[in-house]
Amino acid sequence: MMLLFYLAGAVALISTVSVIISTNVVHALVYLIISLLAVAVIFFVLGAPFAAMLEAIVYAGAIMVLFLFVMMMLNLGQATEDEEKAWLRPQLWVGPGLLILVLLTQLVNVLVTQQVDVVPVEVGVRELSVLLFGPWLLAVELASMLLLAGLIAAYHLAKK
Amino acid sequence: MVWDVGSPLSIGAILFTVIIVAAMLIWVERRLLGLWQERLGPNRVGPFGLLQVVADMIKIFAKEDWVPPFADKFSFILAPPIIMIVILMSFTVIPFAPGVGVIDSDIGVLFVLAMASLGAYSVMLGGLASNNKYALLGSLRAAAQMVSYEVFMGISLLGVVALTGSFNLREIVIAQSDGWYIIPQFIGFLIFMIAGIAESHRLPFDIPEAEQEIVAGYHTEYSGMKFGMFFVGEYLGVVLISSLLVVLFFGGWLGPAFLPPIVWFLLKTAFFIAFFILLRAAIPRPRYDQLMTYGWLFLLPLSLLNLMITGAFVLWQEGAI
Repeated sequence: MMLLFYLAGAVALISTVSVIISTNVVHALVYLIISLLAVAVIFFVLGAPFAAMLEAIVYAGAIMVLFLFVMMMLNLGQATEDEEKAWLRPQLWVGPGLLILVLLTQLVNVLVTQQVDVVPVEVGVRELSVLLFGPWLLAVELASMLLLAGLIAAYHLAKK
Repeated sequence: MVWDVGSPLSIGAILFTVIIVAAMLIWVERRLLGLWQERLGPNRVGPFGLLQVVADMIKIFAKEDWVPPFADKFSFILAPPIIMIVILMSFTVIPFAPGVGVIDSDIGVLFVLAMASLGAYSVMLGGLASNNKYALLGSLRAAAQMVSYEVFMGISLLGVVALTGSFNLREIVIAQSDGWYIIPQFIGFLIFMIAGIAESHRLPFDIPEAEQEIVAGYHTEYSGMKFGMFFVGEYLGVVLISSLLVVLFFGGWLGPAFLPPIVWFLLKTAFFIAFFILLRAAIPRPRYDQLMTYGWLFLLPLSLLNLMITGAFVLWQEGAI
């Protein structure tokens, strides 16, 4: 399980970096989908199969499809790719790279000094639902209201 | 025990059977269509034309596997295997019979839905990478159709899940030993079947590849085995939807004891495969906007209503209302 976790983590990291440095928009999207699927595998290994499946269905399966759908209608060609290449100059990476280095040393420091043996406990669908519709019912209802507001706003914009 | 859920023998046998059945459908479909349209169909190669499959396979392997120079090579090559892999992955959670299956997962239903939603990428990337107007039109239609029908597909299944109280497909079959879900969930069955045809973009819902309007839709530029993968992927989709219908609504392997369970499963699945082919022969293709209106304005409210009534029924049975 540990090996699977690190493997999925490595895939997620590499594909996320590829999303940023890829100049072709469609390729970047494909890498983003792979990254989301890798995160789903991580959730699964950590003992949250329901969250893993929702990650795959909602993010990788539905939201990214809509991204790709919009991309299809934009008719992006070689011109956009050249533009992206011009924007991503190598000297741009110096500042962010240094800042990331600071964060990385901190992260490594935390990982080395804090020895926490976490044993993943699998949380089934039933336990999760009992929590969601028991103590957290108010939060669920508020989130659904927010989604409804978004839906109505989208309907209004589409009618214009 | 060699024959068990997840044993290498079991996995190998399931993979082999599924792929052989999907390949044989090339012949079965054409013969059955011939029967229903009062003509013969392919009957020249071998007994009853059975070797037609072999002839087609040789032809498809020997064809030039061409990548158009104007296509986006990365996505163009990536697209066809996605549909094959995704649908074969879905078969892992299908319970074929007691002790026959690949994994016994507690999130089986969700896994199938996740794989179905990833299947849309195959069609979308294929059409987009082809850099061809017909292919783009086809994959735009496919994207809209698959995203919309996924919604009702998921909601129509939830009635069954609520009655069983589990996402595990094996438990869903066992819960049907005192009565198949086709009776309490008839509306769910109808919606799931319609959504299933739309998901596997079979006729009458083959709008993404409608030959009469947009050449061959998203796979216009494909040839050789890349086209073959789209082709076999479609048949695999038909087998998958048929076996899901059997598992969810028709009691899976359950049946009178004079036949072994696996035979009942295969017989029921074969019936639905034949039914899908009959639909193809019988029903004309709707227009694109008709399909979308029908889905969002009719199937969505109906599936929500079905879910609500089922939920109320389950609560009433448990004495909560």
